[in-house]
Amino acid sequence: MSNILDSKIPEGPIDQKWTKYKSSVALVNPANKRSIEIIVVGTGLAGASAAATLAEMGYKVKAFCFQDSPRRAHSIAAQGGINAAKNYQNDGDSVFRLFYDTIKGGDYRAREGNVHRLAEVSSSIIDQCVAQGVPFAREYGGMLSNRSFGGTQVQRTFYAAGQTGQQLLLGAYSALQRQVGMGNVTMHTRHEMMDVVTIDGKARGIIARDLVSGKLERHFGHAVVLATGGYGNVFFLSTNAMGSNVTAAWKAHKKGAFFGNPCFTQIHPTCIPVSGDHQSKLTLMSESLRNDGRIWVPARKEDAEAVRAGKLKPNDITEENRDYYLERRYPAFGNLVPRDVASRAAKERCDAGFGVNKTGQAVYLDYAAAIERYGKIEATKKNLNNPDKATLIVLGKAVVKEKYGNLFDMYEQITGVNPYNEPMQIYPAVHYTMGGLWVDYNLMTTVPGLYAIGEANFSDHGANRLGASALMQGLADGYFVLPYTIGAYLSTDIRTKAIPTDHEAFVEAENKVKAVIDHLINVKGTKSVDYFHKILGKIIWNECGMSRNAEALKKAISDVQALRAEFWSSVRVPGTADEFNTELEKAGRVADFLELGELMCKDALERNESCGGHFREEYQTEEGEALRDDENFSFVSAWELTGDNQWNLHKEELKYENIKIAARSYK
Amino acid sequence: MKITLKVWRQKNNAAKGQFETYKLDHVSEDMSFLEMFDVLNEQLINEGKEPVVFDHDCREGICGSCSMYINGRPHGPKNAVTTCQLHMRSFKDGDIIVVEPWRAAAFPVLKDLSVDRSSFDRIMSAGGFVSVNTGNAQDANNLPIGKEIADEAFSSAACIGCGACVAACKNASAMLFVSAKVSQLALLPQGQPEARKRVLAMVNQMDAEGFGACTNTGACSAECPKEISLSNIARMNREYLSAGIIAE
Ligand SMILES: Cc1cc2nc3c(=O)[nH]c(=O)nc-3n(C[C@H](O)[C@H](O)[C@H](O)COP(=O)(O)OP(=O)(O)OC[C@H]3O[C@@H](n4cnc5c(N)ncnc54)[C@H](O)[C@@H]3O)c2cc1C
Ligand code: SF4
Ligand code: FES
Repeated sequence: MSNILDSKIPEGPIDQKWTKYKSSVALVNPANKRSIEIIVVGTGLAGASAAATLAEMGYKVKAFCFQDSPRRAHSIAAQGGINAAKNYQNDGDSVFRLFYDTIKGGDYRAREGNVHRLAEVSSSIIDQCVAQGVPFAREYGGMLSNRSFGGTQVQRTFYAAGQTGQQLLLGAYSALQRQVGMGNVTMHTRHEMMDVVTIDGKARGIIARDLVSGKLERHFGHAVVLATGGYGNVFFLSTNAMGSNVTAAWKAHKKGAFFGNPCFTQIHPTCIPVSGDHQSKLTLMSESLRNDGRIWVPARKEDAEAVRAGKLKPNDITEENRDYYLERRYPAFGNLVPRDVASRAAKERCDAGFGVNKTGQAVYLDYAAAIERYGKIEATKKNLNNPDKATLIVLGKAVVKEKYGNLFDMYEQITGVNPYNEPMQIYPAVHYTMGGLWVDYNLMTTVPGLYAIGEANFSDHGANRLGASALMQGLADGYFVLPYTIGAYLSTDIRTKAIPTDHEAFVEAENKVKAVIDHLINVKGTKSVDYFHKILGKIIWNECGMSRNAEALKKAISDVQALRAEFWSSVRVPGTADEFNTELEKAGRVADFLELGELMCKDALERNESCGGHFREEYQTEEGEALRDDENFSFVSAWELTGDNQWNLHKEELKYENIKIAARSYK
Repeated sequence: MKITLKVWRQKNNAAKGQFETYKLDHVSEDMSFLEMFDVLNEQLINEGKEPVVFDHDCREGICGSCSMYINGRPHGPKNAVTTCQLHMRSFKDGDIIVVEPWRAAAFPVLKDLSVDRSSFDRIMSAGGFVSVNTGNAQDANNLPIGKEIADEAFSSAACIGCGACVAACKNASAMLFVSAKVSQLALLPQGQPEARKRVLAMVNQMDAEGFGACTNTGACSAECPKEISLSNIARMNREYLSAGIIAE
């Protein structure tokens, strides 16, 4: 095991580590804070909450995002909810249980110390958001409402209809705009970070490109925080927003930050299936739909074939000819098994020939039973005796509309099919990346002064993230963790004066960025950026997606290398560098994906086990369940870049002192 | 389907713009409007021309980036959908579609179909928040809020900040956007302490940004993809009046 990686987990019992850390961490006094500048790149949930909180504490903050407003970050699209161990439902939830569920859900590949801290601060997040005016769903009595989410048996998910991410982000954004208005944060929208500047081994600033004028800018910071989100768009098709990218994290990687668990990606089980080659992105149907919907495929192959040929409708298939395969395989959790399990099960049925949709790559998510069930409850509430089925359905549909209306509308808008009357078709799609920049307990990368928070870091979800835990982690990092831990570093840096940006390190970094941009423009090849992105996406999806094997991964590595070479010799980027040039933006991002793609496959090849979202076909039980290898693979892979596409693997050993490691079973 | 597009092209804010006509021969009904633009851009790049710049990100109708003025209507012919959620099945083979950017003094065009909406952020900075620092909060359930009130606040908070209301209004007024935020916070107990200050500050900033006056024509709400209700404007007017009286 490597000794370079020091996770800096505080000593002491698990439930006291964070408390003790907070009370003993060095503080920066208020006068000094005013002269310390912090750069926050990315203003989604993690970045906006961090930037606002740091500014409230008295630091001078410069924040950056590539959209035209912080309110548009990818976080806005999160639908289902956010977890917190409030135990408002009195169903036995606790900090420990949330901690336990997260470690188990992550298939024992996350760090105990970090995850326990996450569970501890989860409650404060809800308090903070409510205080900001976030309109969470409520019960008639005025109390907050909860729903359950995959992989857990308690109701701990707080939500705002199917727009939880929107409401949380608008809360964080309002806190951020407040600090902008007070002059404590300088906000740079439509700016893309192009590189991290390091001086004497420490992160001291960034090079950013003003996306409207095309000008390169130099910005100094005593510390740099990356909150730039996940890299699911390496697959081209994903549920991520179109602009989500790995560039900031990748540039940091190139400046010495290790990349953690790059192959751990989450494939979400409930997305709208691909409809054709024009498809630019995939749309998630919130996991909360699995609370009430039942997932099935035809039990008989001939029925599946007839459905695919358009000769049979799902509603014509009788109960006994349906295979509710999740309920069949996992009776304890049924439709609520974690995402990786649900996704693989769907793939298994489709690969076996039971898939629906023209492509055969879809399963049903059926609300008929839920509508009837809710209808009965409503009828009882309304004192209706023996209501007929039609009445029940009307009543039930109203309840479903109230709970999931916006999702159902979205489904109909995209597919043209009314999901109240016919089961939805769903299929797994890339959704989230557990991998990311390796960080220690302080959320600092291996580059001193460079931090990574939110989806951009690798930290808390191990090999599989539980639903409603990304919003929790992003806001935990931004509101409650980083603002403390960054003080530990800055308190040693109070004597550093702002470094003028004509320092040679800034000049050199800017020149390098400029050279890459000029190169991209000057290839003047024949193929568009999207051409390469789509091919890359197919390679990674097929070989490093829901299931992987050594042969395919080796091939994928050489395919990605070849594609990368072709990209640099034949990409066409129209226009110039000194103007608003969206193709140039895309080109830079795809160039980085082409390097990351290789590392993902390398990481997947290295990990000779199946865990969480990483399923290696060679390592499975007879029943097709994942086979983890705790003896040899209970570690975090942290990759160090040592040369052009050459990496060194460091391993951070994972120790479980508070949870008994067990095979993850949802049966 | 075959589609003819007349698209506003403008090199930058200082340049004069003009419409360009493009023909697309293979448009599928299942495409979204923006996917049709992807196809157009791919075609332009292959022809060695510059692709059309437009704002977009989530493509799920929630980020508020997309902002096309389609055949004289912000976000196009369907009610309650954003440009990215509009699908080509809402058009017919042979249609001519005219696409322009939002037009408003407070939303200067940056390039082609992309405009600068930072005025909305500045209005938010003026007062669109509750002044509560991280760590100040009490337990969330210590503040019960009736479901009806919470739901109503949520409806107002559903605004995506796209600016279609401004683009739809003949006066380019931002009243619907501003009133949605004012209403959300005015409805909730958390928003009360600063309610007066908030409405005055946000309205002042709105005026300073050069948005027009509201003459109650209702085009904003009719075109709003999130169906933000006109009652928000009424509520804001009440808030503003009473705040003004008390301030005097
Ligand atoms: C459709 C969907 C639904 C989801 N639903 C849920 C849910 O219900 N519950 C849950 O817990 N999680 C959910 N997730 C996951 C969750 O939304 C994300 O993991 C989380 O919001 C990420 O937040 P973030 O702040 O880390 O990054 P983001 O929100 O992705 O923000 C990234 C920021 O970085 C900026 N940025 C990126 N690169 C650069 C650069 N080079 N230069 C400058 N700025 C840059 C962007 O402008 C943006 O401001 C969902 C995800 C998707 C895709
Ligand atoms: S009120 Fe409606 S039209 Fe105006 S910005 Fe909000 S969502 Fe867009
Ligand atoms: S692209 Fe996000 S709302 Fe249309």
